[in-house]
Amino acid sequence: MNTLLEVSGVSVTFDGFRAINNLSIQVAQPELRAVIGPNGAGKTTFMDIVTGKTKPDTGRVLFGDKGVSLLGMSEADIANAGIGRKFQKPTVFEDQTVRQNLAMALKNPRGPFAVLFHRKTTEGAARIEELAEEIGLTDQLTRISGELSHGQKQWLEIGMLLAQDPRLLLVDEPAAGMTAEEREKTTDILKRAAETRAVVVVEHDMEFVRRLDCKVTVLHEGSVLAEGSLDHVTSNPTVIDVYLGRSDA
Amino acid sequence: MLRPILFLVLFFGLAAPAYAPVHAQELTLQTILQENSDEITKPKRRTVSTALDALVASGLPQVTQFLEQWQDKGVWLREDDGLYFYASADGGDLTLTDIDTGAESTVPKDGFKQLKPNGGVRRVIATALVQFQLSDPDLARRETAVQSIARRPEASQLGPLLASVDGEPDAALKARKIQLANFLSASFAEDPADRIAAIESLSTDTSIEARAVLNQILNAKPDVAPRTDAGPEGNIARELKPGSDLSSEDAYAQLVEAGFAQAAITPAALREAIVSNVVEGKVGGVPTAQLNSQDNRVKAYTALAEDGIVPPFVTAEEREAAIEAHVFFEEYSEKDPAITTAALDALNSIETRVAAAQTVDLTLDALSLASIYFLAAIGLAITFGVMGVINMAHGEFIMMGAYTGYVIQLFVPDYTLSILIALPVAFAVTFGAGVAMERLVIRHLYHRPLETLLATFGISIALQQLAKNIFGTQARPLTSPAWLDGAWVVSDVIQISYIRIAIFVMALMFLALILFVLKRTRLGLEVRAVTQNPGMAASMGINPDRINMMTFGLGSGIAGIAGVAIGLYAKVTSEMGTDYIVQSFMTVVVGGVGNVWGTLAGASMIGFLQKGIEWFNPSNTLAAQTYMVLFIILFIQFRPKGIVALKGRAAAD
Amino acid sequence: MRKTFISQHPSVLWFLAILGLFTVFVAVMSEASGIGLISTSMVKTLGKTLCLALIAIAMDVVWGYCGILSLGHFAFFGIGGYAIGMWLMYARTESIITANLSSQVIPPTPQEVTDAIGNQIFGVVGSSEFPMLWAFSHSLTLHLLMVVLIPGLLALIFGWLAFRSRVTGVYLSILTQAMTLALSLYLFQNDSGLRGNNGLSGLQNIPGYEDASQASISVAFFAVSALALGLGYVLFTLVLSGKMGSVVKGIRDNEARVRFLGYKVENYKLFIFTLTAIIAGIAGALYYPQAGIINPAEIAPIASIYLAVWVAIGGRGRLYGAVIGAAFVSLLSSWFTGGGVPPLNLGFYTILWTDWWLVLLGVAFVCVTLFFPKGIGGLFDYLVRKPS
Repeated sequence: MNTLLEVSGVSVTFDGFRAINNLSIQVAQPELRAVIGPNGAGKTTFMDIVTGKTKPDTGRVLFGDKGVSLLGMSEADIANAGIGRKFQKPTVFEDQTVRQNLAMALKNPRGPFAVLFHRKTTEGAARIEELAEEIGLTDQLTRISGELSHGQKQWLEIGMLLAQDPRLLLVDEPAAGMTAEEREKTTDILKRAAETRAVVVVEHDMEFVRRLDCKVTVLHEGSVLAEGSLDHVTSNPTVIDVYLGRSDA
Repeated sequence: MLRPILFLVLFFGLAAPAYAPVHAQELTLQTILQENSDEITKPKRRTVSTALDALVASGLPQVTQFLEQWQDKGVWLREDDGLYFYASADGGDLTLTDIDTGAESTVPKDGFKQLKPNGGVRRVIATALVQFQLSDPDLARRETAVQSIARRPEASQLGPLLASVDGEPDAALKARKIQLANFLSASFAEDPADRIAAIESLSTDTSIEARAVLNQILNAKPDVAPRTDAGPEGNIARELKPGSDLSSEDAYAQLVEAGFAQAAITPAALREAIVSNVVEGKVGGVPTAQLNSQDNRVKAYTALAEDGIVPPFVTAEEREAAIEAHVFFEEYSEKDPAITTAALDALNSIETRVAAAQTVDLTLDALSLASIYFLAAIGLAITFGVMGVINMAHGEFIMMGAYTGYVIQLFVPDYTLSILIALPVAFAVTFGAGVAMERLVIRHLYHRPLETLLATFGISIALQQLAKNIFGTQARPLTSPAWLDGAWVVSDVIQISYIRIAIFVMALMFLALILFVLKRTRLGLEVRAVTQNPGMAASMGINPDRINMMTFGLGSGIAGIAGVAIGLYAKVTSEMGTDYIVQSFMTVVVGGVGNVWGTLAGASMIGFLQKGIEWFNPSNTLAAQTYMVLFIILFIQFRPKGIVALKGRAAAD
Repeated sequence: MRKTFISQHPSVLWFLAILGLFTVFVAVMSEASGIGLISTSMVKTLGKTLCLALIAIAMDVVWGYCGILSLGHFAFFGIGGYAIGMWLMYARTESIITANLSSQVIPPTPQEVTDAIGNQIFGVVGSSEFPMLWAFSHSLTLHLLMVVLIPGLLALIFGWLAFRSRVTGVYLSILTQAMTLALSLYLFQNDSGLRGNNGLSGLQNIPGYEDASQASISVAFFAVSALALGLGYVLFTLVLSGKMGSVVKGIRDNEARVRFLGYKVENYKLFIFTLTAIIAGIAGALYYPQAGIINPAEIAPIASIYLAVWVAIGGRGRLYGAVIGAAFVSLLSSWFTGGGVPPLNLGFYTILWTDWWLVLLGVAFVCVTLFFPKGIGGLFDYLVRKPS
């Protein structure tokens, strides 16, 4: 296990509000990691920083074996470097088919002219079949993705991330709004994905986190409060105080 | 006519002693006139002064009136006895007034002859009159006299003017007389030292007149002389270098005019000469078909010149050599270099001051423009900031406000009152229109901002055409109250019209009002809450629907008031909205969305920028606007969210 | 390949077939063929409408497919018109001047010819010198290149600046509007070198074809416009089919998602913006010789907004929708404003449609936006779906 993502000493301020405060997190490859924390703990901002949406005021964000700094890279460059991100709300291209959605995400040259003269290949088609199989949407490939159920859209989005073949997957609340059955399937997809790559899951739902059965990082007020197995962190009195205590109440 | 005469009578009653010569009692004006009857009846410009001197020397109080009447061709001669009368013709009759007693009578016109001094003589009379008028007890008459001197300054007026300065009771007029005396002595004083002193005293005077006086002294004529080591003679203003200061064509033309060179043969003249000398299809041995190049034409012409048919051709080299051999310069008409140097120094020092004053003036102009943009844009900024909606019909709301003002003036003729009524009514009308638009259209298009833009554009073209159908295409006036006419004049350079000041004050009032509404009222609190986080605001029990409606109404209402303000100084037409809408967008975009201060900053920046660019290139407002728009496009590159940008999650999308 | 393309996009075949038939119909019925059922001015109007349809599909691609509401594409259209207009005006004036001067006693020098042309063209703005802009006006090839290059380069530079700094949504619309405004203000100046508000005129006279009648010229232009529209339609269908179409529509629907998939959204927008600007320029270069005159008022921001109106009414996101919108609204508009519609007497008020057309259009437009966001083209969905 070697470190894939290293976030160290990162701070960011919005209009005087410190959203991230001297945050340091390491993620290895392969690894499945859950990030939990109360509202406003900085979970989404953490993802924004890693994916280049938000520029931190201070700190370092290094990625990969060579430790390339992600700061100053555009979102697209970061994505191409091997970081995939799933948004909180399912964001798929609703008036295109599932196949088109997946095809767009396939790891291929991303330049406009390469795309313009791109022709479908059998390998590509096979890869799409494979991904559809993985996320359980084989029957839905020709459907317009806007017609999919909420859970299916979530899976499709995860499938699109996998299609990019990223080394690090950032997944924001994948289980929100899912039925118990769907959650189970989601857990399976994520766990399988984490066998070869790093997967960071931000989640509210303790049950879901427990099912992931992985190392947990607790964020609070923009920095790491505790880290370890779920049982370890949930027994931490500070964590109970700031997070679990309140959610129980 | 009666008034001045009355004044004259009064004046001479008081002022006569000052002029009273010894034998005033025995003399009547008529006797003096008879003594100089030749000059009076048939005056000549050169000789009339003897008669005038005699009249002035008499010190009679009636002299001024006589001079005035004479100048105005109001003096008639009775041919029987050669007596002079004031008279006015009325059909075939004359109303006679006795020159000394003022007794009136009516007689037939026959036997009387009107004295008609020519223009030159009348000017001499006027000059003589000025010295009386300068000391007239009536302020208005003295002012008129001073004005007439200022209009047509002459050397002879300097003496009387200086003489009248000490006795001048009115402080302002005295200052004006001193100023004018300075102008006159700068130009006409006999002693160069006096002139230089006067010129130096002008160096703090930024008025246009003072600059005109100095420029008059510095008047220089272009001239040319053969180049010598000593340089040209005379009081030289500057040497002109052909090629940079004047074109070589002009330089050569000057040489020709001065007789130093032979006229160049222009291509047109060359052609003319050739065309008129075609012999058997050839000119100077060159076939006409070959005359389609300048070289061949010159060849043909030279051949003609060798035969002596046409003047010799001047080659470019010859012209250059001629220009080289001469020196081009401007020479002052004023011969004394000390005086021109002093005038130049004074002018430079004035120009420094004028530049400073212009900066102030420009700042005032820019401020007033900024306040117009602020008024036009603030409503837009509010709706854009709170609702993320671009209202393309905003300009038409401005127009609606202006037409409301116009309609109210049709019913309420008192301009002050009608404007006072128009402001709230315009607000109400456009508030209503805004609310109706929000309810009927915009409410259904939230989250589709581009479509809102287009739908409101549809409303905009419909409203514009509707206004055209109702009010016609020609501009309608929105008249400002009389007390807003005119301008606040600080100096010749700094002045600003009262309407612009009023608009500035209005913009300040609105700034205060909007800040108050937003920061100190419940509505403002709710509006700010919806701006920052609509979802959260809704969950706190704020009805976003109502807030949106109110905000839209408010924004539109302000546009209506802005319309009244803009209508006061610009024309009210159905297209006036389009003139402001793009600028308003710019203001909002540059300033940053959802913030009153941002709009203020944006309006100020655009106002100052526009005036600044216009100052660099005053002749071309179109170019100024082009550059401004380009600047804004570049500005957006560096601050895509405007000057005052919201940060954090609220700005994220 | 061709076969699959058409089978994937049946609308292209339909469109080309209808366009072709229409072209043949107009050509046969025109005065040029001798039948003369369609007047020359009508042929010109129809030809111009085809050019408007061409720029409308460009607008549809940039707005309906890529989500960029550009209020500047009519500026590119105008630039195309100016680019070709400069050559037309120069060449035409040159032939007139040469003819005039040749009757004189001695043949003119090149300088005299240039001076006379300059005087003729720029006399209206009080100048006779050729501005820098006209340096290539003698060359048709260079001006045909300019028709493509100038709109393309302007779009490239402007788009690069705007997209790079992530200006999107209404901001971008306003910025493009500002660009259009700046351009039209510039052209309004007398010293812009393009004859200020006089614009360029006499463009309907095609140099080299002085003997051809306007009737046949108009038919020729009509046919070329139809060809351009057909090619443009196929080009955009090709570009938008397959993966490019997916990405472009993805940008419209969720720019951030596309970005996080690793696509440089800016480059795609720039590609589409520039390509459509070039097509707009070509459309303009075909339009103005048929219109005969171009002046800066044509480029005013309002024209670009009308373009958006056509596309919205026709139906965004489908190329034939844009064609229908442009043709329908512009023809209807000239019918109404040309006084072709009889006044409506309400008893207390008589509605003159020349006065009320814009009101009607404005209201209709609001209604379309509110109730028929898919526009006229949306009706085809009903037609297609009904049988199933």
